Amino acid sequence: MKLTTKALTKSLWVFHLSTGSCNNCDIEILDCLTPRYDVERFGIVLVGSIRQADVLLVTGIGTKKNAPRIKKLYQQLPKPGFVVAVGTCSCSGGIFRDGYPMAGPISSIIPVDVWIPGCPPKPEAIIAGIVSLLGKLK
Amino acid sequence: MPSLSFIWLTLFSFVFFALAGLLSGWLDRKLTARLQWRVGPPWWQNFADLLKLFGKEVVVPETAGPLFLLAPFLAVASVTITGALLLSSIWRFPFSVDLILMIYLLMLPSLFLIAGGSSSSNPLAGVGAGRELKLLLSYELPFIISLLIPVVKTGSSSLTDIFQKQLVEGMTARSPSGLIAFLVALLSFQAKIGQVPFDVSEAEGEIASGVLIEYSGLPLAFFKLARWMLLSVGITFLVFYFCSGMAGRLTAIIKYLIVLVLIVLVKNTNPRLRIDQAMKFFWGWLSLFAMTAILLSFMGW
Repeated sequence: MKLTTKALTKSLWVFHLSTGSCNNCDIEILDCLTPRYDVERFGIVLVGSIRQADVLLVTGIGTKKNAPRIKKLYQQLPKPGFVVAVGTCSCSGGIFRDGYPMAGPISSIIPVDVWIPGCPPKPEAIIAGIVSLLGKLK
Repeated sequence: MPSLSFIWLTLFSFVFFALAGLLSGWLDRKLTARLQWRVGPPWWQNFADLLKLFGKEVVVPETAGPLFLLAPFLAVASVTITGALLLSSIWRFPFSVDLILMIYLLMLPSLFLIAGGSSSSNPLAGVGAGRELKLLLSYELPFIISLLIPVVKTGSSSLTDIFQKQLVEGMTARSPSGLIAFLVALLSFQAKIGQVPFDVSEAEGEIASGVLIEYSGLPLAFFKLARWMLLSVGITFLVFYFCSGMAGRLTAIIKYLIVLVLIVLVKNTNPRLRIDQAMKFFWGWLSLFAMTAILLSFMGW
């Protein structure tokens, strides 16, 4: 494994994108950064700009209005970069799959590396998802 | 033509202050985590961050100017030179430096940050660069005034003279005027390195890391490196300038750590100030304190 890839597994910077979610998954993501779960132990931090990110964390169904923006952000993500879909909505559409604003699920808009289902997924589940992403890298 | 010894000194300064800066940056993150009742990252976290950024793709906006890619490297170069000149006036070899040059050099990394941010042609980076410029104008006034107190006490503006004089007369920060000047310089330095109460220029929540918004990969890594090196160079400067760092190697390291902990404590106990509040703080209270300290030092206190 290359040295920079090894460093990447130790320092994932996350950009958080909400595409028409109900804010439930977003709060659980923030939960991961609180003292109880503290993902900064593993070098994971939230960044404010997509240019600095390694992981694009998508929540929500991916509405028709948001779909072009998701594509744009994915193109701006510096490679190597990964996409993680958090929550049932972003994985499959959930109860909104037949709704009129639905353009998703996310995997039909951009390629997704890891799916984390749940409504909302527990912080433990989100951390397990990130760990499986690291396993994929190795 | 620069002498060979100065080239070696510059190389040494880069390696030394980069290592010291990365470790100080880690101590900052770890202490912050402990203060928030978290565990915090391991000691090699900043090294991993840098190494990872070296392997990432570099995204350059179509409308960016030529300074966009040049500014991060110039920022690191300017901090390296600052560190080399500081080391050479500590060792009295190859030459000593004047205070005025030091003030100019310590200003350069912020200027390159502004240049890089504004040449990225992103509106949020423009807002960030404007804020950084206003902040620069406001903290330089009390910073320069407070740096004049040791000059008044020593009667010389050569760094070596100021460092040496404290060996005879005891540390400057022990006298009332010196203590006020040291605290004022510390708070101004807090703004120089963009730590939390004064981090309006790259506020993550409101302007999405501001000046750094368009930076990715290698240039971002160099800006981060410049910030960490400035942290260690600046603290070393403050320790030697106000706290008699010449007195011994071990005490100098202990003083360095105390100053670093003070900076981290101020960072963790204060919310972010708006740009107008920061300007009022620096041009109002801090400048007033610095003026008082100058008066006190003229009276011999």
